[in-house]
Amino acid sequence: MSGLYQAMPLWVLLSSLLAAAVILALGEDHPRLRIGINLAAALLKLVLVGVMLLGVRAGHEFLLRVPLMPGIDLVLHADALSMLFISLSALLWLATTIYAIAYLEDSPNRARFFGFFSLCVAATMGIATAGNLFTFFLFYEMLTLSTWPLVVHRGTEKAMRAGRGYLWYTLGGSAVLLLGIVLLHGLAGSQDFVAGGTLEHLVDSHPLALTGIFLLLIGGMGVKAALAPVHGWLPTAMVAPAPVSALLHAVAVVKAGAFGIVRVVYDVYGINLMQDLGLAQLLAIMASITIIYGSLRAIWQTDLKRRLAYSTVSQVSYIALGIALANPLASIGGLVHLVHQGLMKITLFFCAGCYAETHGIHAIEDLDGIGRRMPWTTAMFTLGALGMIGLPPLAGFISKWYLGLGAVAAGQFWVVGVLLASTVLNAIYFLPILHRVWFRPPRDEQTEGLAEAAPGLLGPTLFAGFAALAAGLFAGFDWSPLAWVELLVEREYSP
Amino acid sequence: MRPDVLPVMLVFLPFLAGLLQFIAGRPAPRLGNVLVGVNLLLVLALIPGVADEGAIVANLGGWSEPLAIHLLADGLALLMLLLTALLAVAVSLYAMAAWRDQHHDALRFWTLWPLLLGSLNALFLSRDLFNIYVTLELVTLAAIPLVLLAGPGKTVDAALRYLLFALLGSLIYLAGVALLYAQAGTLDLALLADALPDSTLAGSLGASLIIVGILIKAAILPFHVWLPAAHGGAPAAVSAILSALVVKAAAYLLLRLWSGPLDPLVTPAAGQLLGALGALAILFGSWQAFRQERLKLVVAYSTVAQLGYMLLFFPMAVTAAWQGAVYHGLAHGLAKGALFLAAGNILLYLGHDRLREMRGIDRPLAVSLLAFGLAGVSIMGLPPSGGFTAKWLLLTASVETGQWWWTITLLLGGLLAAAYVFRVLRLAFLQPPENVPDRPGMVPPPLMAWSATVLAVLAIVLGVVSAPLLELLGSPVGGSE
Repeated sequence: MSGLYQAMPLWVLLSSLLAAAVILALGEDHPRLRIGINLAAALLKLVLVGVMLLGVRAGHEFLLRVPLMPGIDLVLHADALSMLFISLSALLWLATTIYAIAYLEDSPNRARFFGFFSLCVAATMGIATAGNLFTFFLFYEMLTLSTWPLVVHRGTEKAMRAGRGYLWYTLGGSAVLLLGIVLLHGLAGSQDFVAGGTLEHLVDSHPLALTGIFLLLIGGMGVKAALAPVHGWLPTAMVAPAPVSALLHAVAVVKAGAFGIVRVVYDVYGINLMQDLGLAQLLAIMASITIIYGSLRAIWQTDLKRRLAYSTVSQVSYIALGIALANPLASIGGLVHLVHQGLMKITLFFCAGCYAETHGIHAIEDLDGIGRRMPWTTAMFTLGALGMIGLPPLAGFISKWYLGLGAVAAGQFWVVGVLLASTVLNAIYFLPILHRVWFRPPRDEQTEGLAEAAPGLLGPTLFAGFAALAAGLFAGFDWSPLAWVELLVEREYSP
Repeated sequence: MRPDVLPVMLVFLPFLAGLLQFIAGRPAPRLGNVLVGVNLLLVLALIPGVADEGAIVANLGGWSEPLAIHLLADGLALLMLLLTALLAVAVSLYAMAAWRDQHHDALRFWTLWPLLLGSLNALFLSRDLFNIYVTLELVTLAAIPLVLLAGPGKTVDAALRYLLFALLGSLIYLAGVALLYAQAGTLDLALLADALPDSTLAGSLGASLIIVGILIKAAILPFHVWLPAAHGGAPAAVSAILSALVVKAAAYLLLRLWSGPLDPLVTPAAGQLLGALGALAILFGSWQAFRQERLKLVVAYSTVAQLGYMLLFFPMAVTAAWQGAVYHGLAHGLAKGALFLAAGNILLYLGHDRLREMRGIDRPLAVSLLAFGLAGVSIMGLPPSGGFTAKWLLLTASVETGQWWWTITLLLGGLLAAAYVFRVLRLAFLQPPENVPDRPGMVPPPLMAWSATVLAVLAIVLGVVSAPLLELLGSPVGGSE
């Protein structure tokens, strides 16, 4: 029993991996069975993750080690940081699956879609529970491969172009990452992730090599995390169906990159070593540039999903920024944003999908007066947008507040300026939308009357929206993401 | 049963089956399938012995040392036998379905294929430069007529060119063997290294000739020119055998000889030269694969590229590189077999393999495309797959030896492979054109689709079971130790 319990990361992984296999094997012929299996797997995963959450909180060890090659093990290990990512993915997988079932109703190749969708989530689980860089890379690549079919799902020339861009960016990034991992392996052997890092003893003998490897690792992961200047794939990938965008931006791909950066900084190098090498400042600057640049680009986008995509570019870098400030408060702000941004961004993309699917609206200028026709959807959009701007007491505010406190505590006052500028820019690109949807009259007078999105679309949207709201409102409670992150950071900073 | 009977049976049973088929005069695919099944069992039965003792020796005829004909199965030979046996099963099942209604072709296939199998087994087990020459010739002579099975007149030029290069390679190899024999007075791989005098011109020349002869047979750039037409033109089952096994056998031989009898004669500079040829093959082959307009040519050029990875052992010559090169051979064998069989299915369904006209073919060919995709993962060297394990080992070797230029080659090669694999895979995802052209062919029967998929899955599984296999392989020390 204890062995089975210890191997929980594997079961969580398999719950989506097997689902993917079954779904792909079933093919198009049994839609009901397929949907049933898909939802059952998502629910099962949620239960498993719940059990793990309790376990990790109680200090149980979840570890699975399988030797792969001489000197190299496949390690699955669940710690507090893993659970942060896993819980988010498991919760949003369920929501996104329900949404996608409604969204893709009657479109072709659904089995293929849901199969790869599940595979994608399985890869995310692997990334979250990877116990060393090698294992991390394994699942990181699996994510790349399983996401591509989703990006090109529509099969149009435009989708294919986006898919090609996605592949070039991510495979190129992976090659850089692999190089970093191999070099580190040559330098220090195979090391498990350990809080505080494992490389401190090398700092005197190989400072340059460590710096170079750090840049390779962060550079490789930065591609998925959409750090400028390697963010280009993300805005083009928004041609994919809305649930895919939600997945890319909130649950899987972008987050995997950001999560990887956190792992490298915390559990491979350690915060102290990163500061000693002078890399913390560099990472903070890179993140800040991306924050400002993404927001600036977002302002000029006329397509709703494109604007949201650039907003992601900007917002995800909060995570890297929080880590780079190397101080407990800022770390809390950065890490909690992993969850907060996920919840808010998925709400926004769900809403964008609702607009597109229900009324065929893609451009921002066509949103005039949509609040009267789709009040619930628009209310959720408003919640998400205000949260992104950082209006208290919404989730985004919590993140920014801690980031700001951390910046002050670290004596990096310029970061406060970056945060303020970003907030202003967020307002500049979100508030006009809110004005349009609520206060402008509809362009076409005939289209009056209530016309909400289908329940299958609206349900998950409401769920995500309220979850984002709750994450902010109840941040002080015991089981909130914030409380969890505080626990986690406490463990990282008290060796 | 004594374990040293197994190597003997591995050589003679296939020849016997081929002979029986020839005498029978009408195709007996059952016989062939029983043979490959037994062959696989025999190889599996060899594993415990080799794992325990390091090697199993069969001494034919009972002569003593200088005259003896040994059959020797060590870790390296066993892995190659295993690869051959697995592929043999998949390819035979595929061939049974593919040639069901073609009496004439089937007869020729089921006669030649067991002969080829036996020759390959003999090649892997031989421990003598001359026996190796004989088995190399047998392999070639069985392989070339198989290329002609594509249909009347279609591949005659390709087969002739193949024949020409193969004979040239054999001649050069034989000349090298003669020179070495004059120097050392023995051809036994185990005795040769000690018997050779140090650094004589004739010795070096002999070694160079042997190496060049093998390079021609292995279709290593710049001797690759015969390969694409022959492998691309042959029927799918034959292409799979040729690409996955026949050229691989030559590459295997190079690894075997280099780290064994030729060890005193080879220099680091020669190693770098071979590595450079390998790197060129990787880059050039991948680029050509990317440019091809026909699916089977894409896969054939991919072989040109992938063989290059095995050559990266020579400049680095450390254990990780040895393991990486051999593992790459295994992974590529399985994956390439799957790619060719899958390509054959696509060809069968569409009636052609022109990439331009392949949009939106996913539904009826889903299983074959799955095979293509999974095999592609290994070819690109992405995890988890045998291809990735091999790439990882080669990468660590390049870091270990500080030869960073191979690191770059390996990473670049992976990206180029992704370019040509995804160029094919994207076709499955493209929307079909408005007016779907008439597709004359039949949907491949499940046996044909699944035999490809099983190979592809094995290529993936290879990435997870590497620990015991690498242990079986051991390190690059002289042939019979």
